[in-house]
Amino acid sequence: MSLISFEKVTLGYEGQPVVKDLTFEVNKGDYLCVLGQNGSGKSTMMKALLGFLAPMSGRITRDPKLKNAIGYLPQQEPAQSDFPASVYEVVLSGCQNRKGFFPFYNKADRALCEEKMALLGIADIAGRSFKDLSGGQKQRALLARALCAAGDLLLLDEPAAALDPVAAEELYVLVRALHKKGMTVIMISHDPERAIRDATHILHLGQEMLYFGPTADYDRPAILKRERGEIT
Amino acid sequence: MNALTAPPLYDLILDFGGARVIFSFKILVGVIAPIILKALAVGLLTSVCAAMLGVPLVLKRYSMIGDGLSHTGFFAVAVAAACGAASGAQIYITLPLVIAVAVVLLLLSESGKFKGDSAIAMICTGAVALGYIIFSLSSKGTGDVCSSLFGTAILALNMDDVAVSSVLAVGVIVVFVTLYNKIFSVTFDPAFSKSAGAPVKTVNVLLAVLTAVTVVVGMKMIGSIMISALVVFPALAAMRVSKSFKGVIIVSACLSAVCFLVGLFFATVVKFQFRSGGFADVQIPVGPSVVCVNVVALIVCILVRKVKTARAKKKAAN
Repeated sequence: MSLISFEKVTLGYEGQPVVKDLTFEVNKGDYLCVLGQNGSGKSTMMKALLGFLAPMSGRITRDPKLKNAIGYLPQQEPAQSDFPASVYEVVLSGCQNRKGFFPFYNKADRALCEEKMALLGIADIAGRSFKDLSGGQKQRALLARALCAAGDLLLLDEPAAALDPVAAEELYVLVRALHKKGMTVIMISHDPERAIRDATHILHLGQEMLYFGPTADYDRPAILKRERGEIT
Repeated sequence: MNALTAPPLYDLILDFGGARVIFSFKILVGVIAPIILKALAVGLLTSVCAAMLGVPLVLKRYSMIGDGLSHTGFFAVAVAAACGAASGAQIYITLPLVIAVAVVLLLLSESGKFKGDSAIAMICTGAVALGYIIFSLSSKGTGDVCSSLFGTAILALNMDDVAVSSVLAVGVIVVFVTLYNKIFSVTFDPAFSKSAGAPVKTVNVLLAVLTAVTVVVGMKMIGSIMISALVVFPALAAMRVSKSFKGVIIVSACLSAVCFLVGLFFATVVKFQFRSGGFADVQIPVGPSVVCVNVVALIVCILVRKVKTARAKKKAAN
């Protein structure tokens, strides 16, 4: 059974469809890259993936074990620039979803948090203030937080958008390494070359589904032509 | 100065000619000591509540909610007074009223129909206007109005007040500590929290309810005009000196407690005499005294931060 499957799903707000007729599925171990221009429905689809938005028509099926086991890296920077929080506190908050109504973290949560920080190479800055970090360090901390929350699936919404090329490259390498270790990844990306290099599957949106399938069969020039034809 | 006119024991007088400052320590052991103890208990607990809640409220840009609620509190006190409730029983009317408004205020600003600040401005001014009308119609003296605006009642608490206020304040602290991790997560990154299945809306509503309780309890001691100072100042000061969320909350709570102690000290132990006033004893009221000490604490924290960053820069340059 696939982790997530969309069947003829149309998504939108207040009766206005944003993206139509999505049919695709994500299986364990996939690395799906979602491409498309601004306004093509990528972020709307992400909301539906997370369960924030019910489909206007069609059906979305989620593997029940995904409940509270999705590691999400939101697009916007969290909080305001003056928010006082140590890196450790931020990463630890990723354990929140497995706590349910129990209010406090235990030893296992702290161990998990330290393990993920070590994995992403930020153990040495655990005590630093999140707001003082560089863009790349911030994304690492948020990725570590997402990993604390993720059992099986990592959802990344344009994780490299605010990064310089070096930091972006580092982040992509990290994500690829996580995928190699068995993590299922869905990433919205603005960087098609990167996507084609790393991802196993591509989903290209432009108000409707322009392409879904393995990366090897993705004929980018043809899709772009279709995309332009649609929009102009 | 001969022995006959010497001041009683424990008094320390600073004489500046036209003005005298008297530290009258004897009141700490005298007949009004129990009054001060009661004020101390309620004041410390309320200060700590307000300061802890202040951190997420300031960070969520909700700090004006305290203000909106306190003005509603003024209205609620007017209603309670008009209903003939004794001052100790007023809380049973004011508390549910203010909690209801807190929830409405939060939902209003989240629904996006009104921006948070205009929603609060509307409720603030409307509530004060209505409250004053009710005070006038029920022909309660201006004393009541003054007391609920500026909180002159803290030195007139009876044991019932102390009991009710303490239970409420301790309740707020317990709930806050229990919810602490969720409050952090929801305040820091609502989008992530929602994805992780955290009850974002419930936590927000609970924050508003806790704030309402704190405001109602705090109004008695510091007045509805100034209660939001207790919410805002310690949080802002603590954010200058601590890096972690937990650190900020602890510093905020401790700072607020110290500020209250110092403020209460200046308002009770210290007396002033002025030649223009015929050297009669005058004292500063508790509420404004506490608020002013908070202002000073914030300025000190800002300076500490400035010195720290300057030093760090110097270190980095070397």
